[in-house]
Amino acid sequence: MKTIVTEFGRSIVATLFFAIIVCGIYPIIVYGLGRAFFPSQANGSLMVDSKGVVRGSELICQNFTSDKYFHPRPSAAGNNGYDPTASGGSNLGPTSGALYTNIMQNIAAYRADNDMPSNAPVPADAVTESGSGLDPHISVANAELQIPRVAKARGLTEDRVRELVKENTAGRDLGLFGEPRVNVMTLNFALDELGKP
Amino acid sequence: MHANQWLELAVYIAVLVAITKPLGLYLNRILDANGRTWLDPVLRPLERLTYVILRVDPAREQGWKQYALALLVFSLVSCLFTYVILRIQEHLPLNPQTFGALTPHLAFNTAVSFVTNTNWQSYGGESTMSYFSQMVALVFHNFFSAAAGIAVAAALVRGIARANSHTIGNFWVDITRVTYYLLLPVCIIYALFLISQGMIQNFKPYTTATLIEPQTVSVQKTDANGNPVKDAQGNPVMVNQTLTTQSIPQGPMASQIPIKMLGTNGGGYTNANAAYPYENPTPLSNFIQMLSILAIGSALTYHLGRATKNQKHGWSVWTAMFVMFLAGVLLCWWAEAKGNPIHQHLGVAAADGNMEGKEVRFGIFDSALFATVTTDASCGAVNSMHDSFTPLGGLVPMFNIQTGEVIFGGVGAGLYGMLIFVVIAVFIAGLMVGRTPEYLGKKIEAYDVKMTLLAFVILAIIILGFTAWACVTKWGLAGLNNNGPHGFSEILYAYTSCAGNNGSAFAGLTANAPQYDTTLGIDMLLGRFAMIVPLLALAGSLAKKKIIPASAGTFPVTGATFVILLVGTVLLVGALTFLPALTLGPIVEHFLMLQGTLF
Repeated sequence: MKTIVTEFGRSIVATLFFAIIVCGIYPIIVYGLGRAFFPSQANGSLMVDSKGVVRGSELICQNFTSDKYFHPRPSAAGNNGYDPTASGGSNLGPTSGALYTNIMQNIAAYRADNDMPSNAPVPADAVTESGSGLDPHISVANAELQIPRVAKARGLTEDRVRELVKENTAGRDLGLFGEPRVNVMTLNFALDELGKP
Repeated sequence: MHANQWLELAVYIAVLVAITKPLGLYLNRILDANGRTWLDPVLRPLERLTYVILRVDPAREQGWKQYALALLVFSLVSCLFTYVILRIQEHLPLNPQTFGALTPHLAFNTAVSFVTNTNWQSYGGESTMSYFSQMVALVFHNFFSAAAGIAVAAALVRGIARANSHTIGNFWVDITRVTYYLLLPVCIIYALFLISQGMIQNFKPYTTATLIEPQTVSVQKTDANGNPVKDAQGNPVMVNQTLTTQSIPQGPMASQIPIKMLGTNGGGYTNANAAYPYENPTPLSNFIQMLSILAIGSALTYHLGRATKNQKHGWSVWTAMFVMFLAGVLLCWWAEAKGNPIHQHLGVAAADGNMEGKEVRFGIFDSALFATVTTDASCGAVNSMHDSFTPLGGLVPMFNIQTGEVIFGGVGAGLYGMLIFVVIAVFIAGLMVGRTPEYLGKKIEAYDVKMTLLAFVILAIIILGFTAWACVTKWGLAGLNNNGPHGFSEILYAYTSCAGNNGSAFAGLTANAPQYDTTLGIDMLLGRFAMIVPLLALAGSLAKKKIIPASAGTFPVTGATFVILLVGTVLLVGALTFLPALTLGPIVEHFLMLQGTLF
């Protein structure tokens, strides 16, 4: 019995003391290091336009629907999608009827938007929802299919748009990890900044 | 399954092998109360100060009962600490979004979830938890449930290695040393790396961004009191609204994620966990996160070999784990790369595989590898949504947890879980040749086998028992997001994940209801402590025994025969227990998918 009481007392002291170290000192050290070495990343990789207004983050997707922008992947985050405070996927399984309908509609819309024949295969990323609902990337094939539409809507040559796509494409990390990808956020931001002083 | 991805898999395995020995040797020093490390000049004073404040005599070891008592009381007290913080969150600092207190059942579920190293999340972090709750209530357990797991494994290894001893180490010394010398220093460097990749670490309120392209969205119309307006038929009235801003979460994330991965906790800062771009910004950060999940579990097998002076045994256990790891990765990767024929029939490019619930930067391979790794260990972080995996792709994570997460496993928990199977394997081998089973010179007797089986049986009972119960109740079915066999899989996965202290989910299941929160909470508590206590008893029993010299009849615990027997034991026990349930879920769904059946 005496041991139990001792251990309770010790546990209370231990919880408070350890909390000071791992929940107080430690995160503040990390905060200081982040501020010193990588302030932009530590603050969210935010994109600021020429007027000084925060337009979003390079890493967090927004929705784009008009022809002059590259369209991101469909999103299940929040009621209207692309809500960074309600991240998540559809969580619909492989035999889900709801998922079937969603994908069917997404395919039809994608083909219509990009002037594709009705039997052309569509890149999987273009019609499926990502895990976070905030995936800022699309596949290279997906971007390629959207170039003619964006070029036409903006009165630019396809080559000019393709050049911008290339600038906003990342290869595999260190040539090895992950997949090549196009960042829709930085790409669309760059398209808008084009021609501005 | 491209050449590039095979190469990445090879690199992953090579790096894992490469760090096993050095990290194992380092663990040896940490888990010896008098061990010296190169961090001594900085950390020794802090360690001494800690013992003074806690009134612990580091030279005095504990018997298994005292060791277990210290662990249980510390877990109880720190669990209450978290519960209280979550319940009074609104009155605490660092809450710029003014989140309210959690409900009692959610606070209970969350506190239990973190103290048991499960990190099941019935909440969405970015819409529920203040910076203070994340940084204090949750991170505390990320460190100390990991340290406690390693401590239990260390105690069991001491029990195996020692002879005629009544003690198995000192709990307070073990958790202090593991935290100071291993977890904290690694986390500081790791956090800085993650920030460089794009992870956030700040204390500012959520950022409001002006959308690049404003969006017109359809929302439910509300009256002056905020109640939804309905038309004559009772349907909600929808109105168009222009959305011009986006609220982007911020906070102290980079200090939380390293220990989330390294300590195989897995509790995400955000709801989408490691799929959230801030929480896992690049394929490189993803690679390091996957590596850090298995790092300590792998190194502990080296520690086992070193401590028992039988390095070959350590590597044999490692090999058994590795074989099962590789089989899981290949099956999951193959299934996801093959994709879903139903969707391919609609026009989805077949070469792209199943991308539902996956991120483009990771693609099929990194998602499948992550899902396998996170469930081999008791981590439970996810970089893709397991709920949307193909049936066989989703079966792999589920079965991994059901084996008891012994494939490298959770920090400490993986090794002590695997040692259960080692004891069962030598017991079976002993029965086959008609001798008293021995393990590294110790006779395995009735008491030891009983304790071992107790630890295993409890897992089977709570997973299958609770799943069966939820399936026949209204509250159980109310939380489902999918119908048909997939709905059953969602429930089975939830209780499997909680009992295994994993924390990943078929996340469509809405588990934040009083009944789910409570039963899953009990599931987690039993899955953790009803395993740890018999294991510490086993450690105590083994420590007392004397060493008998090996003879010609001793079953060797090294080499191919042993590895095959060990893998066979794990698969057989796991399969016999869970195959019927898996047949009702993922296996039947696989055939329905091939037929094109929808629910």
